[in-house]
Amino acid sequence: MSDHALEAARTRQAEHAGAERWLGTAWRQFRIERKMFWRNPSAAFFNFLLPLLLLALFGAIFAGERAKLDVIVPGIAGMSVMSATFIALAYNVTLLRERGILKRLRGTPLPTSAWLAGVAANAVANTVLQLGLVILAGRFVFGVAWPSDWIALTVFVALGVVCFAALGVGLSGLVRSAEGSSAVVNLIVLPMAFLTGAFGPTGHYPQVLRAIGDVLPLKYLVDLMNAVYLHKEAIWSKPGAIAVLVAWGVAGLALAAFKFRWEPVAS
Amino acid sequence: MTTSAAIEVDGLRKAYGDHEAVRGVSFAVERGEVFGLLGPNGAGKTTTVEILEGYRTRDAGTVRVLGQDPGERPPALRERVGIVLQSSGTYPHLTVRETIAHWASLYARPRDVEDVIALAGLEAAADRRARTLSGGQARRLDFALALIGDPELIFLDEPTTGFDPAARRAAWDTVRTLRELGKTILLTTHYLDEAQALADRVAIVKDGRVLAEGPPAELGAGAARYRVAWRDGAGVAHERETDDPTGLLHQLTSGALALGERLDELSVTRPSLEDVYLELTAEAVEA
Repeated sequence: MSDHALEAARTRQAEHAGAERWLGTAWRQFRIERKMFWRNPSAAFFNFLLPLLLLALFGAIFAGERAKLDVIVPGIAGMSVMSATFIALAYNVTLLRERGILKRLRGTPLPTSAWLAGVAANAVANTVLQLGLVILAGRFVFGVAWPSDWIALTVFVALGVVCFAALGVGLSGLVRSAEGSSAVVNLIVLPMAFLTGAFGPTGHYPQVLRAIGDVLPLKYLVDLMNAVYLHKEAIWSKPGAIAVLVAWGVAGLALAAFKFRWEPVAS
Repeated sequence: MTTSAAIEVDGLRKAYGDHEAVRGVSFAVERGEVFGLLGPNGAGKTTTVEILEGYRTRDAGTVRVLGQDPGERPPALRERVGIVLQSSGTYPHLTVRETIAHWASLYARPRDVEDVIALAGLEAAADRRARTLSGGQARRLDFALALIGDPELIFLDEPTTGFDPAARRAAWDTVRTLRELGKTILLTTHYLDEAQALADRVAIVKDGRVLAEGPPAELGAGAARYRVAWRDGAGVAHERETDDPTGLLHQLTSGALALGERLDELSVTRPSLEDVYLELTAEAVEA
């Protein structure tokens, strides 16, 4: 083998070892995120009990109204996607930054991308668990049918995860403290959930409120989930809704890329 | 550029807006040395160290850490450097052992987790959640996380600020152990006794400049030489600085004997690092 070929082989070997190391690091970050998640009772509560409580609440309100019950399940499922990604990341990333944990990690050889992959995978795991609970409860408690198109549902959940995760990380760059992020997140999430139809149809809302709901991403995620959960519509039947989610996702990614900070702001 | 020095800083400058935090700092740290940056709060110590750690960019000057430019944040450099920040948290829901083990997994060639737990004096707290640790224990965990990668060079930014005396002594012992392991240490502190107790060489920093540099003993003995003080027969206090206290003492004592007077409160002292420090930092305030 010529020197050149030998060197190329070595480079490939090094790249392979590097990729393996990266995967190992991301995997370990994911594992430790899972471990920490289960040890934090309030996080576990908000992730698993809250969607089920909401489901129980609206199930009681709409008891006997088949059409409304049907709509509430994909609505809460959409909200679950938002809470496992947007809410969790906006709060946790801010908390990690303000506690100086991000700054400490930045001083180690940990690749940023591997860390982010582990953290994102943790959010995905929570999304899957929550959706599973909501779908099971929908089926067996409220008698709502199984999702009509699992593949399309998975695709839209993935789109929602990317969009809301990016927005969550982006938002963390805009707030100055963990308390602040908690307040801002609630200020955004609660009205959004009502205005965008996660808790039932908004047709009878005042025009102004509907207009606000119409620009927020949750509305389109819920629309898409409705379409493939209940009506077996084709995956491309709502290109406008997909476009709005993609646009919000791009905005979130840009925000995350430009506003992300490693060091505590309020110190 | 190949070099034997662990850290080389030349003409380093850094401003935050209108405020010039570092105004032309130069110093070098040899391998295996404990080097202290000593100065009051706001002197520019942390800014300097955070540039060396790769957290901040510099406005001017050259900086080499283990032969590399920390401003480029080379990953290979982070394998070889351990950092104890002035204040930084850890994951509250992990135990001490889990935290150290996780940090170990970030490095290519980490030290043994149990060894580091012992080295940092955390045996008794190893299975406790990080959020339940006392301030002193949390600081030990900081040390442990800085050591787990088996670094050649360790940055300690104000390692004992806010400690009670016993915790300070324990932290000092850890630093001495690290020195015996052959580690290079850059330490910032505003405690004189800490610099005196730990550092092989000290740079006194004030208003973003290095005012003096040298071994603590020599810095103290440096320009000011010996100080001879006494009270004459009329009770008037005198003080004189001299290179040769023997001659001065002979002159004083023979004169006093001839006059039948006593030299009350006669003393010969070498100025301590503290005297030099106070003198230097006071001058800088007046300037």
